Amino acid sequence: MSDPVSAPVSAMNHASYVGIARVEETGLQGMITLRGDLSSATLGKAIKAATGQGVPDVRRVAVDGDSGACWMSPDELLLLVPYAEVEAKLAALNETLKGEHALAVNVSDARAVFRVSNGPAREVMAKLAPVDLSPGAFEPGEIRRTRLAQVAGAIWMEEDGAFRVICFRSVADYVFKLLSVAAQPGSEVGVF
Amino acid sequence: MSTRLAKQGRLIDRSKQITFKFNGTTMRGFEGDTLASALMANDQMMMGRSFKYHRPRGVVASGAEEPNALVGLGEGARFEPNQRATTTELFEGLTSISQNHWPNLEFDVGAVNTALARFLPAGFYYKMFIHPQPFWKHVYEPIIRHSAGLGKAPDKETKDADTYEHFYAFADVLVVGGGVAGLQAAKAAAQSGAKVLLVEQTSHWGGRAPVDGGTIDGLAPDAWVEQTLTELKATDNVTIRTRTMGSGVYDHGYALAYERLTDHTPGAPGPRHRLWRIRAKQIVTATGAIERPLSFAGNDVPGVMLASAMRDYVVNWGVTPGQRVIVATNNDDAYRTAISLKKAGVDVLRVIDARTSGGGALADEARSLGIRVDPGKAIAKVKGGKRVKKVAICNQDGIGGAREEVACDAIAMSGGWSPVVHLWSHCGGKLIWDDALAHFRPDPARPPLGADGNGFVVPAGAANGPVSLGDVLADAQTAGEAAANAAGFTPKTADAPKGVSELELPLEPVWLMPANADMPLRMKAWLDFQNDVKVSDVQLAAREGYESVEHTKRYTTLGMATDQGKLSNINGLATLANALGEDIPQVGTTTFRPPYTPISMGSIGGEARGEVFQPIRKTPVHEWNDANGADWEPVGHWRRPYAYVRPGEGVHDAVNREVKNARENLGLLDASTLGKIIVKGPDAGKFLDMMYTNMMSNLKPGKCRYGLMCSENGFLIDDGVVARMDDDTWLCHTTTGGAERIHGHMEEWMQTEWWDWNVYVANVTEQYAQIAVVGPNARKVLEKLGGMDVSDAAIPFMGWADGKIGDFDCRMFRISFSGELSCEIAVPASQGLAFWEALIEAGKEFGVMPYGTEALHILRAEKGFIMIGDETDGTIIPQDLGLNWAISKKKEDFLGKRAQQRSHMTDRNRWKLVGLETVDGSVLPDGAYAAGEGVNANGQRNVIGRVTSTYYSANLDRGIAMGLVLHGPDRMGEVIEFPGTDGKIYKAKIVDPVFYDKEGKKQNV
Repeated sequence: MSDPVSAPVSAMNHASYVGIARVEETGLQGMITLRGDLSSATLGKAIKAATGQGVPDVRRVAVDGDSGACWMSPDELLLLVPYAEVEAKLAALNETLKGEHALAVNVSDARAVFRVSNGPAREVMAKLAPVDLSPGAFEPGEIRRTRLAQVAGAIWMEEDGAFRVICFRSVADYVFKLLSVAAQPGSEVGVF
Repeated sequence: MSTRLAKQGRLIDRSKQITFKFNGTTMRGFEGDTLASALMANDQMMMGRSFKYHRPRGVVASGAEEPNALVGLGEGARFEPNQRATTTELFEGLTSISQNHWPNLEFDVGAVNTALARFLPAGFYYKMFIHPQPFWKHVYEPIIRHSAGLGKAPDKETKDADTYEHFYAFADVLVVGGGVAGLQAAKAAAQSGAKVLLVEQTSHWGGRAPVDGGTIDGLAPDAWVEQTLTELKATDNVTIRTRTMGSGVYDHGYALAYERLTDHTPGAPGPRHRLWRIRAKQIVTATGAIERPLSFAGNDVPGVMLASAMRDYVVNWGVTPGQRVIVATNNDDAYRTAISLKKAGVDVLRVIDARTSGGGALADEARSLGIRVDPGKAIAKVKGGKRVKKVAICNQDGIGGAREEVACDAIAMSGGWSPVVHLWSHCGGKLIWDDALAHFRPDPARPPLGADGNGFVVPAGAANGPVSLGDVLADAQTAGEAAANAAGFTPKTADAPKGVSELELPLEPVWLMPANADMPLRMKAWLDFQNDVKVSDVQLAAREGYESVEHTKRYTTLGMATDQGKLSNINGLATLANALGEDIPQVGTTTFRPPYTPISMGSIGGEARGEVFQPIRKTPVHEWNDANGADWEPVGHWRRPYAYVRPGEGVHDAVNREVKNARENLGLLDASTLGKIIVKGPDAGKFLDMMYTNMMSNLKPGKCRYGLMCSENGFLIDDGVVARMDDDTWLCHTTTGGAERIHGHMEEWMQTEWWDWNVYVANVTEQYAQIAVVGPNARKVLEKLGGMDVSDAAIPFMGWADGKIGDFDCRMFRISFSGELSCEIAVPASQGLAFWEALIEAGKEFGVMPYGTEALHILRAEKGFIMIGDETDGTIIPQDLGLNWAISKKKEDFLGKRAQQRSHMTDRNRWKLVGLETVDGSVLPDGAYAAGEGVNANGQRNVIGRVTSTYYSANLDRGIAMGLVLHGPDRMGEVIEFPGTDGKIYKAKIVDPVFYDKEGKKQNV
């Protein structure tokens, strides 16, 4: 049986491009914006239950597969959970956080997620984000909320050296084309 | 004639011949040639004409400082004007044309200007064209436009064929310049462990040293450069780039470098230019020095060239600009040119040395090679038009009489050297005058300062003043260590490599040759070759009272050409100082501004062209809209359908159809762009009561309320419907343009004023696709899809509920911006398109039509609803719009309350919102002003109001409008006049702004 007409579709529906690096939209990812006191034990417990991870340090991510926690600001985290489980996780989170001053909202559909891998992925990203992405300065487990050319974005590095890129859904098409242009053949910088 | 020598040419590969074109003529050069060296090898000494007098001009320099040899390069989509032949690497198939002449380079009508030169002195244009005023537009401007400009702009129908990009780089020490000083400074800095980025503008390393000779640690400069490069390449913390010019230094260690990737291999894959956006803790400027021309009559005739450039052509490219050469100098360095030429087999007739004492060791060497040296002499005048023919020689100490004429075909000139202080100066580094070397150099006590108050630029080598090879290398070592130290690293102290070169005697400043040249000579002694500024022009400016060097620059255009006066500035200000009877340091320099040499517009834009020129925000329904006739309207970065135009239909026909259908059947609006902000916390109610003019804390869960937001100055900044989710959570809708702005506004007040309130805010605008289902059949289509109870009893007007429509989880708001029965339904964005399509399909039997923003506007205007940005413009308070009902009188405070109590805000003469109905049913022009009685102090007609929104209403079949009118609400029924820009006078009656369904029955069913 085919999917119901109401089946959710990610912004770029898994579009991909291969130049000096591979660019792909990774599809739907459950995401929860959590604002609260990051030092609270209750909050830490709620995050652990939702993602299996602890509260990440400043500019760090703790991600395993499609679950994890990303530091966003001194009072904000982005929690990653499987897309299908986001409402259940959100409910559980809110239940645990009852009585705490915190805000947890589903933002899964407000975003698009890309992966930039293979080849000089660092260089592709360094063409678009004003971040020191040289080895040593930026390594797996680090995250930056930054700018991708003209739009806001967040990037972190995975263990294999690939980048995860998050942007707003409305500019997913722009960011996909941007990453593709930055990965165009013959555009290796050759510094990292 | 200029020709290729049998030997020499360290940069060319004679086994690789390259064919290129200049003005349609096919010529040949070698790999490694620049366009300038290849043109000279083909005896093409004249390369263009000057800007003002269209005088024949040949190449004068060998690098970035070249003012004359500018060409139009490439063809079609790769054509680019004003490219310097001296920095253009030759490639197979290169096509170039000379500039600034008509009909051709050899014969130019504009050259008549030169005959009129005495009538075209500095400031001529200012004086001549100021009166009479009408002449400017119709006579002067068209003529000047025709003759002005250097190269031609690319054809407007072509599109640059290349791509460009930026690259963000970070370094502890950025070294600009890959001469021996830059190499040594980079090495010294890198030894501390600092991360070093070294950039060089040309395609080769070593700068001038391999041409000028001497030894470094006993090695020839070439060998030392090779050895040092090998070391740097093997050092992990060093990155080196050729063809990359450090173009500008900015605050906080920010620098730009301009990398030319495929200029020498057009069409190769990848970007053409890459702009490096660098953050460096310290910047070393090892930018070298530039030789100064001498100011003598006819110093611009093709064949007159900088002495250093002439030996560059011989040594680097195996090209001599002439067969019988005369060298004119005020220093020892130019003797190197005489010696190089002589050794290459070129006839050097004599060295004219302005110093009565003559030269030192280099002069002796020249004499030993049989070159005649004439001390105390000067060039009185160069004769020849398109080529040097002969030179008249006189005493330097005189007015130019008692001349001896010598036939020759090239002249090498040297007036001393000026350090390249541009990058040092860009961010505020100051200069001091060095009397001994007659040049400005960086003042070590006054560097450009970083955020910590310490200097962040360190000059190195010739760019810092030293001249001899030994001093240059020692200075570079010190600079590299200092930069590393300032960047927080511990440098390894090491001895600088030992540079040995001939001892040079001091130069003697020569600002005019001969020293007291008479007027006819001064009128032919060029300072600025590209802009045709002569010694006499600067002297005239001084006589006319231009004492400031900045004013003189603008009056005479000295240094304002594409070369930015790299050759002319010091000579020009020395001439000005002499004319004013002041010392050179008192006159000072003009301001050095980035970029060092012009960089392409493409590189500045980077990747932002074509599809990624600008981000376009797209709703989940965007592609469907695009496929179904959307006539796009930009709303912020969003694109929203203005109307859905059917085949064969005009845009306004579509609007009228949509407007009627929404009132009569069923309309759908993609309202996804509206801002959605969650506000949650124990203090959220209190917070929202401050943000909105009306009360939000007492809204019941499950209910919606329209609210107004004002700035602290009382002006209306946004509006929208607020829904209460639960005890401590509210959802605030904003305008499309307000989503990010209002989110930021809330965060700012939260973080700066009410940081102790327990409230969190999150912008969830893009989480949802929100679709307005509008019209008498709205409920029918929802009932057909099934799911939640959508009856008025279940969800009354201004209520909301979570539930399901069909298979879709949704949140439904009974709110109406159209005055019709209306449900705004939010579904997850990833299901937005599917939900929209389901509504379109199910709505067919109910006459469904999507409608665009124009229909939205008309529908709201029919109802007298205001629109932020139409009825408001940042100066409007809610009271102006008759929205007093939405301003709480009970609340102690809200943003804007105090401001709205000020006398000007409560003035009864503030224009107020009314409806406007044209007497004849026509549509009022948008923005038109209503004319009042009498005139104001400026003699202008008094105005008593203006149109803020105006439309043709298909439902009412007439023009409707809203406007702000003086005492408007008190003048109902009065007819006022709006003169249009079309000459017509529009008469409109002041009416209630609600044109349609005044009781509001239709939305509440």
